[in-house]
Amino acid sequence: MEFTLKNFIFYGFALMTVGSALLVVTVRNIVHAAFSLMVTLFGVAGLYVFLQADFLAATQVIVYVGGILVLILFGVMMTSGRLEMRIHIERGQLLLGGIVSLALLMLLLTVIANTPAWKNLTDDGTELPPTTERIGELILNGPFLLPFEVVSVLLLVALIGAALISRKEVRD
Amino acid sequence: MTLQHYLVISAILFTLGIFAVLTRRNAISILMGIELILNSCNLNFAAFSRFMTPPEDISGQIIAIFGIVLAAAEAAVFLAIILAIYREFGSIRPDEVDTLKG
Repeated sequence: MEFTLKNFIFYGFALMTVGSALLVVTVRNIVHAAFSLMVTLFGVAGLYVFLQADFLAATQVIVYVGGILVLILFGVMMTSGRLEMRIHIERGQLLLGGIVSLALLMLLLTVIANTPAWKNLTDDGTELPPTTERIGELILNGPFLLPFEVVSVLLLVALIGAALISRKEVRD
Repeated sequence: MTLQHYLVISAILFTLGIFAVLTRRNAISILMGIELILNSCNLNFAAFSRFMTPPEDISGQIIAIFGIVLAAAEAAVFLAIILAIYREFGSIRPDEVDTLKG
């Protein structure tokens, strides 16, 4: 593989994603973990750009970084009273969890390396047109109309349920 | 870049998410692990959509968008449950919430 600027940026994003994800699961301070998660989410958005999924990348940044991460930080603040919380980890669990995760990673890597249908599929670097228009067409006027409506109802139900669960109970 | 590059990144993210869910004793950290797992899923959908189907077929990306929506709904319900648990038990360590344990 030749060493071009594009490859350099790709490996940068890959390292950023994997490295910050490693921080998310190892760091002891939960706020630091949340900010590492933000870097991971940005890294994944960058990988979406490399996959020529521009709309997906924008959605990732808006929904994950702008929405879910803020929710997580609110959760931290409302359940600890301050912005400092240490995460308790048991040593035996760390060992067992590490063994299970490593075995899983080995399994996945073996499958990825040995599946014939996935080999030699390189990105030829052709520029595709922006996807936003086609996604809108497929969602609102195509085969994904029904799943889209179902997901929107699900989102409404989940939000109403979340508001109902988290409110203070009123006793009369 | 080949398909396998993306699959390896996604496999590492998935494994780290599983590791977080297995070892962390804090509900919000577990939520972060679940978010990592969902991200690795969506990355796989986008990568397979790019490499395994013709370029004009972007169904995989739409599935990934649905995945992001589901992750948002899941995070909202998860945090609502965490708040209710915190109010009831004064802690969000999952192993302290064992009222149903016989």
